[in-house]
Amino acid sequence: MLSIQNLHANLVEEDKAILKGVNLEIHSGEVHAIMGPNGSGKSTLSYILAGRDGYEVKAGKVLLEGQELLEMEPEERAALGFFLAFQYPVEIPGVGNMTFLRTALNAQRKMRGEDAISAADFLRLAREKAKHLGIGDELLKRPVNYGFSGGEKKRNEILQMAVLEPRMCILDETDSGLDVDAMRQVAAGVNNLRGKERAILLITHYQRLLDHIEPDHVHIMADGQIVESGGPELALKIEEKGYGFMSGEAN
Amino acid sequence: MFHLNNSVDVKPREGVDHQTIETVKNVGSHYRHGWETEIEMEYAPKGLNEEIVRLISSKNDEPEWLTEWRCAAYHRWTELKEPNWAMVNYPRINYQDQYYYAQPKSFEQKPKSLDEVDPKLLETYEKLGIPLREQMVLAGVEGAGESPADGRKVAVDAVFDSVSVGTTFQEELRRAGVVFCSMSEAVKTHPELVRRYLGSVVPMTDNYFAGLNSAVFSDGSFVYVPPGVHCPMELSTYFRINAKDTGQFERTLIIVDQGAKVSYLEGCTAPQRDTSQLHAAVVELVALEDAEIKYSTVQNWFPGDENGKGGIYNFVTKRADCRGDRSKVMWTQVETGSAVTWKYPSCILRGAGSHGEFYSIAITNNHQQADTGTKMIHLGQNSRSRIVSKGISAGVAQNTYRGLVSVHPKAKNCRNYTQCDSLLIGDKCGAHTVPYIELRNHASRVEHEATTSKVDDDQLFYCRQRGLGEEEAVALVVNGFCREVLQALPMEFAMEAQQLVAISLEGSVG
Repeated sequence: MLSIQNLHANLVEEDKAILKGVNLEIHSGEVHAIMGPNGSGKSTLSYILAGRDGYEVKAGKVLLEGQELLEMEPEERAALGFFLAFQYPVEIPGVGNMTFLRTALNAQRKMRGEDAISAADFLRLAREKAKHLGIGDELLKRPVNYGFSGGEKKRNEILQMAVLEPRMCILDETDSGLDVDAMRQVAAGVNNLRGKERAILLITHYQRLLDHIEPDHVHIMADGQIVESGGPELALKIEEKGYGFMSGEAN
Repeated sequence: MFHLNNSVDVKPREGVDHQTIETVKNVGSHYRHGWETEIEMEYAPKGLNEEIVRLISSKNDEPEWLTEWRCAAYHRWTELKEPNWAMVNYPRINYQDQYYYAQPKSFEQKPKSLDEVDPKLLETYEKLGIPLREQMVLAGVEGAGESPADGRKVAVDAVFDSVSVGTTFQEELRRAGVVFCSMSEAVKTHPELVRRYLGSVVPMTDNYFAGLNSAVFSDGSFVYVPPGVHCPMELSTYFRINAKDTGQFERTLIIVDQGAKVSYLEGCTAPQRDTSQLHAAVVELVALEDAEIKYSTVQNWFPGDENGKGGIYNFVTKRADCRGDRSKVMWTQVETGSAVTWKYPSCILRGAGSHGEFYSIAITNNHQQADTGTKMIHLGQNSRSRIVSKGISAGVAQNTYRGLVSVHPKAKNCRNYTQCDSLLIGDKCGAHTVPYIELRNHASRVEHEATTSKVDDDQLFYCRQRGLGEEEAVALVVNGFCREVLQALPMEFAMEAQQLVAISLEGSVG
């Protein structure tokens, strides 16, 4: 599904390498987790994959279903099935949550040569998906993320994911700022989306999200590289011994 | 451009939607109304003097009092100085190098029926997107004016250069007792009303451009709604400047009697030219006791090209007199066109408990300049006003909100709330807010809030990650920013306005 090959990248403004040769293979149906300390390059990796401005790729390539991801516009990546659940979902005042999501869905469908979904069909779809996530009608009507609590914002990201049905999902610290109940709801939403046709990459600091969403593979990122990969037990080791232990070993 | 859209299944009041974006994409990146219609025109000679003023008056077959009124206005105008206090810059206008009267030649004898209208003219209105049924009425198709049961209706008065070419739904309006016709017609059919109210809200001496208009106005729309009547449909006027080097000076007068109600829409377009054209209109609204007027404008005059060449100078005086107690006037404007916009739709809140509202979206891109806002003059006790202004600047454009809230000593217990929000796209444009507040008693309250923000990269990236193209994303964010004002527009205009917002900002990012 997603193949990251020797990816090197800088911030455009400063000539400082952030990613220093990242390699990662993710297959359909798998759930991966990347853990790592602050500043290790986890979020940068997700932004570069999504096509955010401000980064310069120095070397390497990324294939999504065999297509060169880095040469596409962000919206083209989205239409191809790439989805990023933001660490800090952005507020868009005055734009209804449903209008936004329907506009996005129809924009993707158009790029894929599919027919637009009607307002009525869309509403039915969105309501059904929202119900599973414990999102009420009221939240659907409010402007995108505007005045949402931290938990509401994160649940809204998962709702978007559920409606857009991407094939490759990256969840960037979706657990941050969530209380236990909200985390359970979000985790249930994500687990619900696990499937043979879809791959999920979780980016997190902590083991606790992985208690609720069990990954198939865990990777440790430090200083712009993936320094160790393993099964779910690797996350437990980190929880117990901390990253200091890892980076020491990496060196 | 301003077509009825009864069949859409979307809620246009909730941000932008798919259809809008479709339309925008199909429109292309150029000004959509930049065509010109080849119709033989008859001009009065260039320049302005008393003779021209008298000629215009005689062309319209006006009574003597009106001719003299125009002449008086002309002489007062020659004593006035062109204002230069607004934050707009434009080359000096040579008032002697303009045509002050142009009319399609086929109109020299006014057509007795609409069959006689030049087909080219009807083509023009077809391009403007005037609804099919109204076109049939304009074309004089028998039975087209009757009322089939589908959807809402809009009665249209179309003003082409200086002349009104026809008003639709006359019969149905007449049954309701509503008068909706061209000003030149009203002078003949309702002289007592015109004489009583013309210039009573905007006197000929009010300002330079109003003075000019009073002298040379050639046509415009007239509305009278009798006591207690709620006008059964939206009234709409389409203004189009077509002839070259011609100023357009239309005059609109709307009188709404006790307890009556009307909603009026105004749309404007002009051909693309590399010389600038002057538009100096006057709009007067009179609301008597318990009357309600909703006046909506979607202004899409040619804004000039990317380098600031050409475009309309839009110097318009619009004022409402809330003469009666508990009367209510609501101005809503979407200003996307014109090279220079200078206008302050205002309310004189004379009646006790009268109510004025002003909702505005002003978008400036490339080299456009706008200096616009409102004046709320509180003279009556317990009068209320609300101002919501959304200014959007892109390119190297300058956008100024200028507003006056004045509460007189005897106007106790008045309230005003003003909100001015500015949105910047890019780093070469400017937004300015210039509020004037005169509060002359302690029993009233005036509030002013202002914000300035930028369309930020995070918002655009978020939208794009979800699948929206860059320009779609900008349109979505800006439509969200304007939402409060778009909601104040009648349905038919809300859709158009959203599209206009998107079109006028094309090319403003990237």
